[in-house]
Formats: sequence, C-alpha cells, structure tokens
Amino acid sequence: MASLVYFSSTSENTKRFVDKLGVPAERIPLRPKDEPLKVDEPYVLVVPTYGGGNEGGAVPKQVIKFLNDEHNRSLIRGVISAGNTNFGTAYCIAGDIVAAKCHVPHLYKFELFGTPDDVTAVREGLDDLWKQQ
Amino acid sequence: MSEKLTLVSHVDAINWNRIPDEKDVEVWNRLTGNFWLPEKVPISGDVQSWATLTEEEKTLTMRVFTGLTLLDTIQGTVGAVSLIPDAITPHEEAVYTNIAFMESVHAKSYSSIFSTLCSTPEIDAAFRWSTENQNLQRKAKIVMDYYRGDDPLKRKVASTLLESFLFYSGFYLPMYWSSRAKLTNTADLIRLIIRDEAVHGYYIGYKYQKGLEKETPERREELKAYTFDLLYDLYDNEVQYTQDLYDGVGLTEDVKKFLHYNANKALMNLGYEALFPSTVTDVNPAILSALSPNADENHDFFSGSGSSYVIGKHEETTDDDWEF
Repeated sequence: MASLVYFSSTSENTKRFVDKLGVPAERIPLRPKDEPLKVDEPYVLVVPTYGGGNEGGAVPKQVIKFLNDEHNRSLIRGVISAGNTNFGTAYCIAGDIVAAKCHVPHLYKFELFGTPDDVTAVREGLDDLWKQQ
Repeated sequence: MSEKLTLVSHVDAINWNRIPDEKDVEVWNRLTGNFWLPEKVPISGDVQSWATLTEEEKTLTMRVFTGLTLLDTIQGTVGAVSLIPDAITPHEEAVYTNIAFMESVHAKSYSSIFSTLCSTPEIDAAFRWSTENQNLQRKAKIVMDYYRGDDPLKRKVASTLLESFLFYSGFYLPMYWSSRAKLTNTADLIRLIIRDEAVHGYYIGYKYQKGLEKETPERREELKAYTFDLLYDLYDNEVQYTQDLYDGVGLTEDVKKFLHYNANKALMNLGYEALFPSTVTDVNPAILSALSPNADENHDFFSGSGSSYVIGKHEETTDDDWEF
C-alpha cells in the first residue's frame, strides 16, 4: 500500500510530523552521495518550504532531484507542505510549486512539525484519498 | 554589579569551505538573502492613513512600536551577542553576528516610522512610556536576567521565546491596521521583521536542540521544565502587558489568541509539542490573512473548500501615495 515520501533537513521537523502520522513513509536522502530514492507505488509527497523571501530555493534541492526522475514523478498523487506563516506569501510555497509542476493537488499545509489537530486532519485526509484511488 | 566579560576563549580563522553543520550555511544564506533596510520601504505613503487614526489609536500604535524597539534593542545588543561564546561552530558565531546586526536594523526601523508619521514630542512621550510601563520593563528584565545567567542552553530558550513569542503582542497591531487597509506600508516593513524573526527563532531553537542531544536525560527534563516555567512566567506578564495596551480599544482577547498561536510555534522551534489547544489559538482570520495571505485557507483540499488556488497579489503603491 502506497503512502508517503518526505524530505526532512537536520532540523528533523518534517520527520517528526511524518512519525506522528504513523503511516508507511520513505525519506528522500539528505546528502548528494547517498543512494537516490526510487519509488514504485503511488505516494503523497511531504515537503518543507525553505526560507521565504526573494531568493528562490523554496523547494529543497534533494526533492527537486527526486522529482526530476520521471518514474518517481509519475507516481505522485498529491503534496503536503510545511512552512511558517511568518513568511507571508511564501508560506508553504514549496507545496504550491510542486503541485503546479506535477499537476497534483496541494492537499494540506502545516507549520513547523504540526499540531495534534494537523496530525488528525492529515491522517483522516490520507485515508479518504487512498480509498478514492 | 561588576560582571566579567565573557568572550570566546580561542578563535581560529573561519573556513567556509569546511562545514560541520550545513544548517549554518543554509541559515546564513537565507539571512543575507533576506537583507533589507527600512529606507527601502515608502512609509511616507502612510501619512494620510495615519491622519485617519484617533488620538487613542495613534498613542497605542506608538507605544506598541516603542515596546518592539526595546525588545529589538535587547536582542541586538545583548541577546544574540550573548549566544556567541557558546557557539559550537565558527559559522554559528558568524550567524549570530548577522542576527545581532539585523536586530539593530529592526530597532532603527521603528524610528524611521516615527520620524515619518509623528512629531518629536509625541515620539519622546512614547519612549518615556516604554521606560515607565512596568510590564514591559518586567518582560525586558526577565529575559535580560537569563542572558546574564551562566547556562548556555537556558540563554537559547530565553532567546527563542523572545524571537518567537514576545514580539507578537506588538506585531498584532500593524497586522490589524493592515487588515483594515490602514498603514499598509508600515505593515510591509513589519512583515520583513516578522520574516526575519522566524529564521532567528528557528535557528536558535535548532541550536538548542543540538545542544540538548549532548545532555543527560535528567538535565533534559530540567531544561524542559524550565522552558515551560519561563513560558508561563512570560505569558502571565504578556497578558498584563496586552491589557495595558489593548483594553482601551477592546482588542485584548483577539491579541491573546495570537499570543497562544505564537507561543505554540515558539515551543515547536525548541522541539516541544504545542501547549495551547486549537480552541484558544483560533487567530482572527483577518490577522492571519494580513500576516500571510494564503494561510487562512489552511485546510483547503481535505476539508473540501476550494478557493486555495487563488494566488495573493502584491499591491503596488499608487499615484495617490505621492499626494501629501
């Protein structure tokens, strides 16, 4: 049963959120020399937004590398993003960018590693989503 | 009180080509990329709008901004600097010097707002208020005492709570004005400060968690208890400070929700779960929308409301801004 693919930096915030969901999940490797992740089942991507502001680079480069693999990209069904409302219009913009590029819905946004309400909402939302697939 | 000046005991030439913690480079790049100065924001566009505020609203706004000036001054002159001797990497030291400088930019930017909108006697009166308000002074004292203390991790806790929690009783007001289409250029400037504080709180909180990894389980428990105690202390004081400022305009309860929401984020920056339940963090959507135009549509897809794909537009200044 397919589930989540996520990226998390050394802050581990996104990992903490995914761990709290308690669903099967695969992590996109942090370092360039690590073995790249290949997936074979449909998945929802969980991606943190980097920074905010004018500098671009909102989508972590490791996630771009993962999605540049056409097979990986063909299996994405939706994106969930993390961010911080302090970044204004750039809040969770990594999710908007991935959703637009891959033509999938931006399912949910949460801040930092998510509140208990976020965890419940995403867990239930994912259940429904996979039933519809 | 005589205090011994604490400095880093030994300095090697910093080598940015050998990086023990990638987070240092990531945050350095983000902070320098986000660099700004208040002179770039056309505050003069708010002169007409300022004239539409009542005297009470003007006084409130100026007091809020002197309060924020005090916190930024503390963080620039003492807070960020006090973290340097405990840095684990030389790059972390460099990041703190950037944070300290930006806090001084923030502190100065309130004076830019004042000099554009207010008279000198009004400005002086607002600064006098900031030195006389007990709750503001108490807030400053609590934090300053921890900066002087000898526990590096406690300093980081105090610093993160300042960056991610204590500013928000003040940040509320320009977002409130912005939601009513008032002082919109001032709000643009404050949003730049809010953006910087997010990176500062995230980074100092991250370094706290890195430091915590090396501590014993007992010490971790102690620091967790300390964090929540300090938060409760600061929260009680913050509620009184909020009442001092906002009771007159009837916004206190609305501001408190914003405090709860940001206290949760401050705790998360330190690696702890949110404390306040969602029943008391339901920030007024107009404030959230002023802060972050897409944020009030947080639960778009799963909950079935579909307006989330409208991208917010930035409002440019118009010719009207020059008619004063």
